[in-house]
Amino acid sequence: MTESNDSLMIANVSRRRFLGGMAGASALVLAARWDMALASDDEKKYGAAGMPGGWVDDPNVFIQIDPDGAVTIVNHRSEMGQGIRTSLVMVAADELGADWDRVAVQQARADQDRYGNQNTDGSRSMRHWYDPMRRAAASARMMLEQAAANEWGVPASECEAGVHEVSHKGSGRTLGFGELAEAARELDVPARSAIQLKPIDAHRYIGQEAGPVRGRDTNSIERPMAIDGEEIVEGSATFGADIQFDDMVHAVIARPPVLGAKVASVDDSEALNVSGVEKVVTLDTNSEPAGFKPMGGVAVIASNTWSAMQGRDALKIDWDTDSAGDNARYNTDEYRKSLEEAAQSPGKVIRSSGDIGHALGNAEQTLEAVYYMPHMAQAPMEPPVAVVRAKDGRAEAWAPVQHPRAAREGLAGVLGLDKEDVTVNVTLLGGGFGRKSKPDYILEAGLLAKEADGRPVKVQWSREDDVHHAYFHALSVDRLEGALDADGKATGWRHRTLSPSITSLFQEDPEHKGGFELGMGFNTMPFDIPAIQLENPEAASHARIGWFRSVYNLPHAFAIQSFAAEMAEAAGKDHRDYLLELLGPARQINPRDFGDKWNYDEDPSVYTIDIGRMRNVIEKVTAEADWGRDMPEGRGLGLAFHHSFQSYTAIVIDAEVGDDGSVTIHNADIAFDCGFQVNPERIRSQLEGACVMGIGIALHSEITFREGRVQENNFHQFNVPRMEHAPKQVRTHLVNNDPDLPMGGVGEPGLPPVAPAVCNAIYAATGKRIRQLPVADQLAG
Amino acid sequence: MTTLTINGTTHELNVPDDMPLLWAIRDIVQLTGTKFGCGMALCGACTVHLDGEAIRSCTTTVGNADGGSITTIEAMSDDPVGQQVQNAWLDLGVAQCGYCQAGQIMSATALLKQNTNPSDAEIQDAMNGNICRCGTYNRIQHAIHYAADAVQEDT
Repeated sequence: MTESNDSLMIANVSRRRFLGGMAGASALVLAARWDMALASDDEKKYGAAGMPGGWVDDPNVFIQIDPDGAVTIVNHRSEMGQGIRTSLVMVAADELGADWDRVAVQQARADQDRYGNQNTDGSRSMRHWYDPMRRAAASARMMLEQAAANEWGVPASECEAGVHEVSHKGSGRTLGFGELAEAARELDVPARSAIQLKPIDAHRYIGQEAGPVRGRDTNSIERPMAIDGEEIVEGSATFGADIQFDDMVHAVIARPPVLGAKVASVDDSEALNVSGVEKVVTLDTNSEPAGFKPMGGVAVIASNTWSAMQGRDALKIDWDTDSAGDNARYNTDEYRKSLEEAAQSPGKVIRSSGDIGHALGNAEQTLEAVYYMPHMAQAPMEPPVAVVRAKDGRAEAWAPVQHPRAAREGLAGVLGLDKEDVTVNVTLLGGGFGRKSKPDYILEAGLLAKEADGRPVKVQWSREDDVHHAYFHALSVDRLEGALDADGKATGWRHRTLSPSITSLFQEDPEHKGGFELGMGFNTMPFDIPAIQLENPEAASHARIGWFRSVYNLPHAFAIQSFAAEMAEAAGKDHRDYLLELLGPARQINPRDFGDKWNYDEDPSVYTIDIGRMRNVIEKVTAEADWGRDMPEGRGLGLAFHHSFQSYTAIVIDAEVGDDGSVTIHNADIAFDCGFQVNPERIRSQLEGACVMGIGIALHSEITFREGRVQENNFHQFNVPRMEHAPKQVRTHLVNNDPDLPMGGVGEPGLPPVAPAVCNAIYAATGKRIRQLPVADQLAG
Repeated sequence: MTTLTINGTTHELNVPDDMPLLWAIRDIVQLTGTKFGCGMALCGACTVHLDGEAIRSCTTTVGNADGGSITTIEAMSDDPVGQQVQNAWLDLGVAQCGYCQAGQIMSATALLKQNTNPSDAEIQDAMNGNICRCGTYNRIQHAIHYAADAVQEDT
């Protein structure tokens, strides 16, 4: 997502000091807010500078060194499995020269004024924070060197930080970081222009295949072990669900089964008789748009989770669905048909070049296909959960949240407090995938904290709650038409895309995709075809639609990469060769030339649509997968690629379809180009995980609505991949590890090409073209 | 009163017999390594050992476990097989978010205690009930083989 670029923070400090009580409340950073409204267009800021809260590179905010040499580095981005607590801390430790064994991480509370942007989505933590964290750490290192120089009475240029110590080049004298910390604290932070970053090849951790160090097979103790790794395997890592207080009460909520429905009446007499149940509270249903607001419903507060759940089961609630309007009639089968019909007519033109009517009317061959992707729930393994205590005019929350600022300001709103009186502690997230970008569950705990006499309240969602009340991935219909000449060359491409928009969360439903949604692989479609027409007909929203890992890239990649394979087949050409022909020669395209004003909020002159990098990942992955080899009966290779979050991914799937229609994924080869690779081992793990999730999207995962109610309840109905569905082998091929390339995202861009590659492999194996996801039982019989 | 022995410590709990073991362990005994994921024995996040068998604590009631010996993730560092599984998880960088991994480790440890050299198919059979939404299955599979080698070296 993108927040409105209403302000940015500049760390405008003439005399910045560091090491002075990082955890303290004193504001040593003189931060100035700069209203974008005052800035002219040509001053538009991109990247981290364009985000709400901007960036901060003050070492005083992020780095603390104790006299005993212990280094604490603040991580202000949310950890949900992408490894940012390891990777970003590793960047700072490396630039500082800290010994990994003496580095600890402290998770920042929600405070965008202090830390800069904390909204952990859009695959941008490393892309936006690599440079500021390096600067912060380099400043600290230079101050340690200066402190040593002062101590020895030598020029600072003769002092150099090594591993956790500073040495004097001439005499060989050394002083440890801890010994220098107090003196360094009194020094000025160097001016930004004077900061000297280490050369890339001087790094000890950055760029290394980090991760395992305890292994019997490794002896490279210098490589950073994953932060939280030991706590995770020992069961002592603290997720949101694991927050405990002796006086804590537990709540579960019966939420409106239809978005916007209200409690007409509730009989709580039996619920109050359940052992351990203390109180039943009716919550108001908020009017649309849904935003991040709690949905309303009836809450049961009890002494433990089980009693609260039993109490909820005993409630008798009549729901008034009149207030839900059309939402109460939402039926995904009918809705899909309505979108398929709408796809037959022209829609709002997003991009147009050449004469598509002429191209389709005068083609040697035309083809048409309609693709469907259903709603899905993010279903992180840790269902939404939050603890909030409200007492004495202050509130404190403990929650797994991707968007700490929204949680803090939202809590301030529901509790009638200033945000300065609200503390949000960010725990580990047991998965996020976009669900925990929306803090509705934290605000619920805030509302109930008002009912708990100053005791902390934990709101625990069940899996059914999570499946019923996700912010759903948008259902989508994509209709494509292609024109081919006598040589099979593509002469025309028309794509109509229809989905409810996430912007319907925040304003009256626009019924069209927003710029950031179209920019996820739709208007940036890279093929070089003489006539191209891209349209976005209307589609209304009837449920909470929200970000799901890689968001609208999913349907766009599924449709485009499937249809390109269909065109190759119609042209009688090899899919790989045809993709390279469609792309044309290596070149860089300014996204603005395609009408994409978004470009993931990055500078279009730096972050281009790079056809050469697309070709490269396709060529790499097909070479590694031995593309074109003979395959056994019932088994095939499928290819797809996609450019998203400023990274380039291509994948070859080797799939077998059994006589019973079951699909076995034997191998996955993934070529990935995110530019410079800070933590290659965690990049690989993200790609492996995205591959598995993408297989689930292709084969199993679907949420359906009838009369506004989600029909699936738990993992027996909302199917997600299990071990049997994972590829027998995943091979990741990281390319273009170039520090001079602009850094791309990692968490999301592995996902979009997986489902079309699976379906292309199914086609290669069986001759059956899958246009509707999930595959489910379409291949049976 | 129900008597539960958890990781060698005896707890007298005043809870209803039909309370799932999971909530007794998490909310009452306050051992939070065992996770809630589905409440229907569909995801395995709540896996513990009851008298040495891997069970889903979200659908096993306190009454069913009364008098039994329960082992949770918190005791795996003291278990020779559990230790090797933990080491394998660390060495191969299995975890992403980590939420499901306590359950994965409990299932894997129970498997290796019964079968010190499981095949891929046997691993899949034993682990298919443990969902990882981050998709760490390939590394879990490798880690179980890796731990199996270590367990065999130990014996």
